[in-house]
Amino acid sequence: MVDRTIENFDCGHRACGGCGASSAVRMILKGAGENTIVVSPTGCLEVFSTPYPETAWKTPWIHSLFENASAVASGVEAALKRQGRLGKEKVLVIGGDGATVDIGMLCISGAFERGHDFTYVCYDNEAYMNTGIQRSGATPYDADTTTSPSGVCSTGNNRPKKDLPQILVAHGSPYVATATMAYPMDLMKKVEKAMNTQGPCYIQVHAPCCTGWGYDGAKTMEIGRMAVECGLWPCYEIVDGKQTSVKKVQRVPVDEYLKAQKRFRHLFKPTRNDAEIAKIQAIADANAAKYGIDIE
Amino acid sequence: MPLQMMEGSIAVAETVRLCRPQVISAYPITPQTHIVEGLASIVADGRLDAEYICVESEFSALSACIGASAAGSRVYSATTSQGLALMAEVVFNSAGMRLPIVMGIANRAISAPLSIWNDQQDSIMMRDSGWLQFYAEDNQEAVDLHILSYKICEDHDILLPAFVCFDGFILSHVFEPVDIPSEKEVDEFLGPFKPYQQLDVKDPISFGMYATPEYYLEFRYEHDQAVHRAADALRKHGKAFGEKFGRDYSELVEGYRLEDAEVAIIAMGSICGTTKDAIDEMRAEGKKVGLLKIRCFRPFPAADIVKALAHVKTVAVLDKNISLGAKGAVGIEVKDACYGLGIPIYDYVLGLGGRDVRKKDIKKIVELAEKGSGDMFYGLREELL
Repeated sequence: MVDRTIENFDCGHRACGGCGASSAVRMILKGAGENTIVVSPTGCLEVFSTPYPETAWKTPWIHSLFENASAVASGVEAALKRQGRLGKEKVLVIGGDGATVDIGMLCISGAFERGHDFTYVCYDNEAYMNTGIQRSGATPYDADTTTSPSGVCSTGNNRPKKDLPQILVAHGSPYVATATMAYPMDLMKKVEKAMNTQGPCYIQVHAPCCTGWGYDGAKTMEIGRMAVECGLWPCYEIVDGKQTSVKKVQRVPVDEYLKAQKRFRHLFKPTRNDAEIAKIQAIADANAAKYGIDIE
Repeated sequence: MPLQMMEGSIAVAETVRLCRPQVISAYPITPQTHIVEGLASIVADGRLDAEYICVESEFSALSACIGASAAGSRVYSATTSQGLALMAEVVFNSAGMRLPIVMGIANRAISAPLSIWNDQQDSIMMRDSGWLQFYAEDNQEAVDLHILSYKICEDHDILLPAFVCFDGFILSHVFEPVDIPSEKEVDEFLGPFKPYQQLDVKDPISFGMYATPEYYLEFRYEHDQAVHRAADALRKHGKAFGEKFGRDYSELVEGYRLEDAEVAIIAMGSICGTTKDAIDEMRAEGKKVGLLKIRCFRPFPAADIVKALAHVKTVAVLDKNISLGAKGAVGIEVKDACYGLGIPIYDYVLGLGGRDVRKKDIKKIVELAEKGSGDMFYGLREELL
């Protein structure tokens, strides 16, 4: 049972109004429960939650470098194990997509291969947001970022998202899931489940970024739901390599989700780019087929 | 305990066992490999109750040490050369978080060109990281400095990580008689690890937070002060070590036939042994030569060096490293320490990438220094240039 009264990510942090990541982290810590030690790599989260001498964390928290959170977590876990504390205290990594799918891959792969008992949650805002909205390996196809700008010769990011959940399934992770801050109970329950599963678990959480994606901060939840409803963000669980659940939806075309964000406006202005929108629709359709999203 | 004939790396591994780290995290790299193999086998045989993490890189090796140390465990790692270079960012980060990690460095050259042989470029390139740096002349010193480092690093007035540097192959792969202390003696000297603060759900704190320009400078100042304080910690704990184990380490530098010397050679590491032999021969010929061995490079013992050199006429510094475009690191720092004293100080960069340095080379360098010829690469094969 998730204890929703837990507030270990406290008020006073400095995230943007409408920040999806900060809401996600609050929910993640409710799901993680008390007695959680958090490791956090450099990124938005660290910068807005720990400006010395203040901290928004009411649970033990340690900064890591951009790329080594899961190696630091491996050390924390090993120390807890040796001291007989592991189980009573649990280890949780919370990192952004840049730290996770790109620069942190080596350390994540190593830690998952070694089978340390910890949960890694990636808050995926689909770009390097803290440094000013540059492309990451989690940036979706055709998104406009400052390093994958749309232009006369470009329709934005020319590669699909790297599928880290499946990469970690291939590492033998006992629990891999995707979630979104737009469905809080689902997110909290998945984190709780991961924290109670022995071994290295991974959850990738859709965390809309009003600043980076270009929408009104009041609409973060709405944008999050739209991503699920159009099939671009499938919410599923994979236990011991087998898919055990998926959030079913009455799917809508990707258009409304794309139109709601400035990062995709080049697909509609000055003229609608049907060919590119069809490619994005094809990604959503492929997700639907792969994970069985559609309500029959 | 009677002296035992052991390979340097195995002596170090056995000593680390006595220090009872709870977490060991390391990646194998030549010439450090025998240390981590030794420790792996010690753990596998149940001779040390520790978690041994087989990481996928040196970068993760030190990263895991950060997590384990912050969670309240005594930790150990060892590396060299490219491995230390790969760790670079973590080296700085671990020091900034003031974690008392001890790491053995089997000193080796840096590529390119690839070289697996000894010089001290690797640890020297980390001189600005805020780690303490100790250099061993022989395997006994490598053993002793490991134990002493834990004592200094874990001192709550210090809280810093330390490199215990010993020359790769020249010490790491050489069999020498060493006195490995008993478990009881080391337990009495070190005691269990008592962290100043740690990751603990009963008392949550945030480690390694983000510092704005209002605070960063003060953090660096405090870190610098702690490194300087480590000099006194070494004197204090080095003296206690001497009382306990019979080998005194209360000095950051050590003189050899220096009292009446006219020429002083300054060096670090295994080359000091060769130098002492060369000095004995030169003394027999009537030459007043002495050695000033630097055991502690960080903090840099500037005042101790000035005091020790007060009476000498010429100084020759042997540097197994080079700050390309400048000079050898030890030479630069000795000159800085002795600024205004009026003693001619010459720097000789030598032995890079495992090039042998013999007694005759030390003698030749003394002749060069006496003639006022220095600040050079010594022993260049002109025909290759």
